Amino acid sequence: MNAKQIDQQTLLQNEKDPLTHTPVHLLSLEGVGKHYGNIIALSDVTMAVDNGRVTCVLGDNGAGKSTLIKIIAGLHQHDAGVLNIMGEERKFSSPRDALDAGIATVYQDLAVVPLMPIWRNFFLGSELTSGFGPFKSMDVEKMKAITLKELAEMGIDLRDVEQPIGQLSGGERQCVAIARAVYFGAKVLILDEPTAALGVKQSGVVLRYILQARDRGLGVIFITHNPHHAFPVGDRFLLLKRGKSIGYYDKKDITLDELTAQMAGGAELAELAHELEQLGGHSEALKEVKAEVAVVADAVQAGAPGHG
Amino acid sequence: MTITQTKTKSPALDERVAKRSPFQKLLGRPEVGALVGALVLFIFFAVVSPTFTQPNALATILYGSSTIGIMAVGVSLLMIGGEFDLSTGVAVISSALTASMFSWYFSTNVWVGVVLALLVSLGIGYINGWILMKTKLPSFIVTLATFLMLTGLNLGLTRLIGGSVSSPSISTMDGFGSARAVFASSVTIGGIDVKITVFIWIALVAVATWVLMRTKVGNWIFAVGGDENAARAVGVPVKATKIGLFMGVGFCGWILGMHNLFAFDTVQSGEGVGNEFLYIIAAVIGGCLLTGGYGSAVGGAIGAFIFGMANKGIVYAQWNPDWFKFFLGLMLLLATIVNLIVKRRAELK
Repeated sequence: MNAKQIDQQTLLQNEKDPLTHTPVHLLSLEGVGKHYGNIIALSDVTMAVDNGRVTCVLGDNGAGKSTLIKIIAGLHQHDAGVLNIMGEERKFSSPRDALDAGIATVYQDLAVVPLMPIWRNFFLGSELTSGFGPFKSMDVEKMKAITLKELAEMGIDLRDVEQPIGQLSGGERQCVAIARAVYFGAKVLILDEPTAALGVKQSGVVLRYILQARDRGLGVIFITHNPHHAFPVGDRFLLLKRGKSIGYYDKKDITLDELTAQMAGGAELAELAHELEQLGGHSEALKEVKAEVAVVADAVQAGAPGHG
Repeated sequence: MTITQTKTKSPALDERVAKRSPFQKLLGRPEVGALVGALVLFIFFAVVSPTFTQPNALATILYGSSTIGIMAVGVSLLMIGGEFDLSTGVAVISSALTASMFSWYFSTNVWVGVVLALLVSLGIGYINGWILMKTKLPSFIVTLATFLMLTGLNLGLTRLIGGSVSSPSISTMDGFGSARAVFASSVTIGGIDVKITVFIWIALVAVATWVLMRTKVGNWIFAVGGDENAARAVGVPVKATKIGLFMGVGFCGWILGMHNLFAFDTVQSGEGVGNEFLYIIAAVIGGCLLTGGYGSAVGGAIGAFIFGMANKGIVYAQWNPDWFKFFLGLMLLLATIVNLIVKRRAELK
């Protein structure tokens, strides 16, 4: 029951690639920071991603999760710290750059075009062609067959890859996006809040896809604000708050309760209790919040050093 | 019109996919609203005017349709790509004026002017697209500005160089005959003179359909129109695709401009204003969504054909041509309502 933070120095030295046993991470960030004008969106974030591991990035709205993935996905460039891919320092100038380095991102809005058929979406930006010069055309039948097969392997049994992707459910679309990333040789898969807009059952389905991608040997970065989704699938947990890292744990060093407590932030709850008290008349709500504060305080005292 | 329908047999047919009849497949196409409209209009005019279905009349209708249809090809692709262009009508005249004024002023072979006009037309498209991508302004504003500037340039430069509102006649210059043969001749089929623009139109529709349905560029066009950010995120060259689409419109404008020039031999510098809407109307009637991401080149062609039928049909029926605009407006309204229903159905989960 001792949630001890990973020492960031030792972390980057002693980990080994599980496949090649070389002491490098598939992807690692060291002290990465980003500011927009005078707004500091992210500062001094250190994390690592390895083959067949899931690194969860947790944080509330505005914690800097989006900025973090935009840096890794090549949409923005960091202006402090180092981004390493397979031990090599990189700075991506475009999403294409990141894709070529094997980093695929499944965005919250999924980066799919709703009116286009599933197979066109699956191969968008990486179409298969046959023929020469100006007469190059898409190999439509092959693309359709691959789409069907890849989706079947992810456990989605589609009837017709010709239907517009907008007709699929949120979970199914998520699956198409993940399958697409896996098929195109992604080594690192970034999932931006994949469960945010989904119901309980659909979330479970997506979590299963995350594990499937992990079992295929991908390094997964799972962005979420829900510790209940992160804990069952994650191997490492990075907690962000106001653009700063407030904790970085190995799964063996932390429990779900502690994770939740860190996320919830005892101080905020105490403040809420205080505000409710001043307003008056919300006695039942106040009672609940106070109980919650007590629970969080217990968890924090039991384990984690006093953060938040 | 069979090009988009050709589908080789899928190797892995799923037994859960109920076989759809050709009729049901047709209903799922973007141009279905336009096709129904075209049929209704055709039958209507065939009934009220016996001359309407004469081969000669049909050739005239096709010619009228082709002068809109050639531009509608480029404009349809551009609209599928999520943008639209208000400068097309006057850009056609700019192209014709460039060819005519340049070869007249420098006394060159007209083909020199024709090639220069192509560069100017592609250049106008490039500038439209480049400004749009650079500034992220709506294409409505950018191309409205180009429209106004080109209108002024057409009038101003023509008067400055030639001293008149129309370009000087180039019919006696070198190369006029061969250029006329390419851009403005007629082909006799079974005793009927069919203008060459009809064949150029059909060829352009075929090429555009192939590009849209069977090449990766076509995939990108749908994607940049459907969701620009999503397209960019998966590595589609959004900027190049959109600029290319504007240049495609420029290319179509060049063909029509050359036709206008060589069918007569002079160009009125004030012409073309308002035609841009006809091209957009043809594309919209043909099922292209104003918001982008959906449509077909064949649809734009059917839209242009509807325009041609309504335009000439009213004459053959010996009505007052005042009614033409009413027909066009009605068709536009009905077609967009059908398109709206189709899109809602496609977006429903």
